[in-house]
Amino acid sequence: MAGPLLQDVPGQDIACGQALLTMEHVTKRFEESLILDDISLTIQKGEVIVLVGSSGCGKSTMLRCINALEPIQGGIIRLGEEQIDPKSRGLTSIRQKIGMVFQSYELFPHMTVLDNILLAPMKVQKRKKADITEEAVILLERVGLKEKAGCFPRQLSGGQKQRVAIVRALCMHPELMLFDEVTAALDPEMVREVLDVILALAAQGRTMLIVTHEMQFARAVADRVLFLDKGKIIENAPPEEFFENPKTERAKQFLNTFSFETVKGKDKQGK
Amino acid sequence: MPDLGLEVLLKGQNMERLLIGLLAALKISLVSVAVSLPLGILLGTLMTWKNPFIKAVLRVYLEIIRIMPQMVLLFLVFFGTTRAFGWDLSGESASVIVFSLWGTAEMSDLVRGALISIPLHQYESGEALGLSKVQIYRYIVVPQTLRRLIPLSINLITRMIKTTSLVLMIGVVEILKVAQQIIEANRTASPNAAFGIYLVVFLLYFFACWPISVAARYLEKRWR
Repeated sequence: MAGPLLQDVPGQDIACGQALLTMEHVTKRFEESLILDDISLTIQKGEVIVLVGSSGCGKSTMLRCINALEPIQGGIIRLGEEQIDPKSRGLTSIRQKIGMVFQSYELFPHMTVLDNILLAPMKVQKRKKADITEEAVILLERVGLKEKAGCFPRQLSGGQKQRVAIVRALCMHPELMLFDEVTAALDPEMVREVLDVILALAAQGRTMLIVTHEMQFARAVADRVLFLDKGKIIENAPPEEFFENPKTERAKQFLNTFSFETVKGKDKQGK
Repeated sequence: MPDLGLEVLLKGQNMERLLIGLLAALKISLVSVAVSLPLGILLGTLMTWKNPFIKAVLRVYLEIIRIMPQMVLLFLVFFGTTRAFGWDLSGESASVIVFSLWGTAEMSDLVRGALISIPLHQYESGEALGLSKVQIYRYIVVPQTLRRLIPLSINLITRMIKTTSLVLMIGVVEILKVAQQIIEANRTASPNAAFGIYLVVFLLYFFACWPISVAARYLEKRWR
């Protein structure tokens, strides 16, 4: 499935090296508790950023703020030049430029796979049904699901649903893709098929912000890894550096939870 | 085979009278259904809004109608209001008012339940795709809500049809009342007619409600 997947998808017309997403001093509170604490971040066009951290640290909330699903209490988030604000009138137009894939797929259960994909391009972007169908079928074929176009979501496995959700987001030609723990709800054998699709998207130079608990995958796909703890970005480094030499104690602790020491040998020596 | 007294049906225009009675019952229930469904959808939607005043008012309305037996409501509207306000209300009109009040209340609660059963993520998924509020309702929320509502509202409609048998208590001549009249008139000639006539009444109710159930099952299958 790897290789030149999804290559001719348009939607990336900003020159390379330009800041696509900027967050300046973003603060997010739920009632009293501070979820995002003065986050500043720039994502360049074409960059793949992986966001890691223990659960409850604010990773998902950060993605949701970027897509204006949550209001922020301070700071500014911009996509290109446009400010992202849940209250602004231009919100639907800016959201079209941001594709989001959720942990629980959230396909529309009453529509076929193809209708799920066609809905937003037809109703929001007013594109021609025939054109989008053609594109959707090509994309579905590339993620190995061409023959599922007429199926309903309930007839698909979790991994298949998630690949459809990715295609659905791609058909809007987003400039930025957000992935919110997209493999967290999947059976282990199905994780790979979804991650392969994301890897292929990275290979073609898409700008992506990915929240994941798959550390091997994070290492493979990321240009930069951000480590979020208690609402602050406390590490921001290339994956090699982050995984080999984390600067903070908190990140070391976090990474340790993913490795296991061999106990068998030691046990024998002890006896 | 015991004597069911079915020959009574063939006397005079008895069968025709029974059918006319059925039509009277169906008229009351169907007019009420036609009022209840749209009003219930409207009120049910309002109940999911965050306005505490609207919510409280609708809640009180729903609870009162639910707690009160339909018979008491019928008496209240037919005897109570006509006396208190001095207007002239026919039994049919009183029945339609009561059944509409009841159906609207029940329907609004069904709609509310179906609406809040659509997960928040479905709305967010639509928002993330750039759909407007109206589009999210039109293409995502309403179609799913309707699918969930069909079995529930069919149940309500058949219940409304069956419960119209109560309106004989305020003097409306519907199928059950006609049946009683026929049985009463033939008490000496065919004392067994009670069994046969009520059996026919049972079958007539069944054939009135059955097509609705069949249609519901068809829609459920098609929209699964």
